[in-house]
Amino acid sequence: MQPDISVKHLSKVYGDGFQALKNINLEIRRGEIFALLGPNGAGKTTLISIICGIVNLSSGEVKAAGYDIVKDYRKARETIGLVPQELNTDSFETVWDAVSFSRGLFGKAPKPSHIQKVLKDLSLWDKRNNRIMSLSGGMKRRVMIAKALSHEPQILFLDEPTAGVDVELRRDMWEMVRKLRESGVTIILTTHYIEEAEEMADRIGVIRQGEIILVEDKTQLMTKLGKKELRLHLAQKLDKVPGELTLEPVELSEDGYELIYTFDSQQEQAGVARLLRTLGDLGIEYRDLQTRESSLEEIFVGLVHE
Amino acid sequence: MNLYGIRAIYKFEMARMRRTVMQSVLSPVISTCLYFVVFGSAIGSRMGDIDNIAYGAYIIPGLVMLSLLMQSISNASFGIYMPKFSGTIYEVLSAPVSYVEVVLGYVGAAATKSVILGLIILATAKFFVDYDVLHPFWMFSFLVLTSITFSLFGFIIGIWADGFEKLQIVPMMIVTPLVFLGGTFYSIDMLPDVWQTVSLFNPVVYLISGFRWAFYGVSDVHVGISVGMTLVFLTACMVGIWWIFKTGYRLRS
Repeated sequence: MQPDISVKHLSKVYGDGFQALKNINLEIRRGEIFALLGPNGAGKTTLISIICGIVNLSSGEVKAAGYDIVKDYRKARETIGLVPQELNTDSFETVWDAVSFSRGLFGKAPKPSHIQKVLKDLSLWDKRNNRIMSLSGGMKRRVMIAKALSHEPQILFLDEPTAGVDVELRRDMWEMVRKLRESGVTIILTTHYIEEAEEMADRIGVIRQGEIILVEDKTQLMTKLGKKELRLHLAQKLDKVPGELTLEPVELSEDGYELIYTFDSQQEQAGVARLLRTLGDLGIEYRDLQTRESSLEEIFVGLVHE
Repeated sequence: MNLYGIRAIYKFEMARMRRTVMQSVLSPVISTCLYFVVFGSAIGSRMGDIDNIAYGAYIIPGLVMLSLLMQSISNASFGIYMPKFSGTIYEVLSAPVSYVEVVLGYVGAAATKSVILGLIILATAKFFVDYDVLHPFWMFSFLVLTSITFSLFGFIIGIWADGFEKLQIVPMMIVTPLVFLGGTFYSIDMLPDVWQTVSLFNPVVYLISGFRWAFYGVSDVHVGISVGMTLVFLTACMVGIWWIFKTGYRLRS
């Protein structure tokens, strides 16, 4: 199937000579949730801004829904909805007028039933006649999402959608994003909250210093790059890791009461059995054991600091 | 052509006018009325006729032009500057609208407001001064052409400005003096020869002269030259806007 977003050899050099993007190649599939992760200044917003037409590209080619964003900019942009990072909203307009304005701007005939649905889905219906300036920050964020959805886009960009919103609203938004995906909308989100990507994304892309360093299915990424950790709570304190265990990656906690064994998620699990057998042979007793997998956050931190 | 897009911008801007009716309509109408009272009725009654026209009536075209120029620039520059200032410009830049459509929406609304304002001022003037319009078609044509031209000029200022001060500088420091020295209150024939020549470098002279001709059939320069100069300025503004959108100047990095 043709990708919804296709980026080939994209580079961006700003007027002051700063190279924000270096030879980016990326394909985003129809109907997926793609999370773009990267530290501040990595080029996430520049990449989104180029695809949406806010920033000019320096070289390369970008297609949205099969349309070139420069030559066929009208058709390309009609398919895209953008929720930018900053809370940029009109102040004096009512919610209804602002959302209707966006629909018209994107070349769609008025359709009050759709605006009504979007506002209801985003719990904005009661506020439809309120001026935007009278709304809270979270409500303004919802208005921006409603504006982006007003023209029924096939592709939705969410640039840090839950920055500064409370936990409840964040959960609501996740729910809304899932529903949109179910209806066939392709969603690209950038986020600082790794748990957000972990919770929602189908695939993860990591961008560092203007380069895409990894694009991977989320579950595969977590299996491939994730670590597992086994912690054994000892019955008696140890002064050092016994010599018989030094072949394994085992560490002793500072207080001497915990043995910590780290291993790759993909690795066959024989190491754990071997470790426990050796402990039994040495007569080292343990009262409890715990295992945990590394989170996407730890994987991400590891990647961007490589 | 994205007609819905043009309509959305146009409606948005016209709604802004309704919200700020005190500032965009009442304020210029009141200040122009004060000119009519002071220069038209009070001082005008003691002034001699110019070109056989009562002084109060003589200054009407210039005063309407003053408001028209100031409001066209102000409406259009604010119209495009505010989205830049608030950040909502992202939506226009990411929308499937061409620059011609963006300009039609913003400048069309700004020019409409100016034409409405000009007609209100003309209607109000009837309460203070008796005047006739000899060539109504040309009067209205000048009104519309000037509104469009200076709204385009205002749009350029709005893109260029990176602060509220710059928005005010051009209308206050350049346009107002040019209007006052452009024959609003006098015929340039009344000036010494040297200043007559200097005045011909003032583009507003041509606007006021042509507009006055449409009212009374008298003008400082031939009406054809007035129309020509207005069209030259209109073309210059269009070229400026074409360049802005071609290069992305202060809009797209």
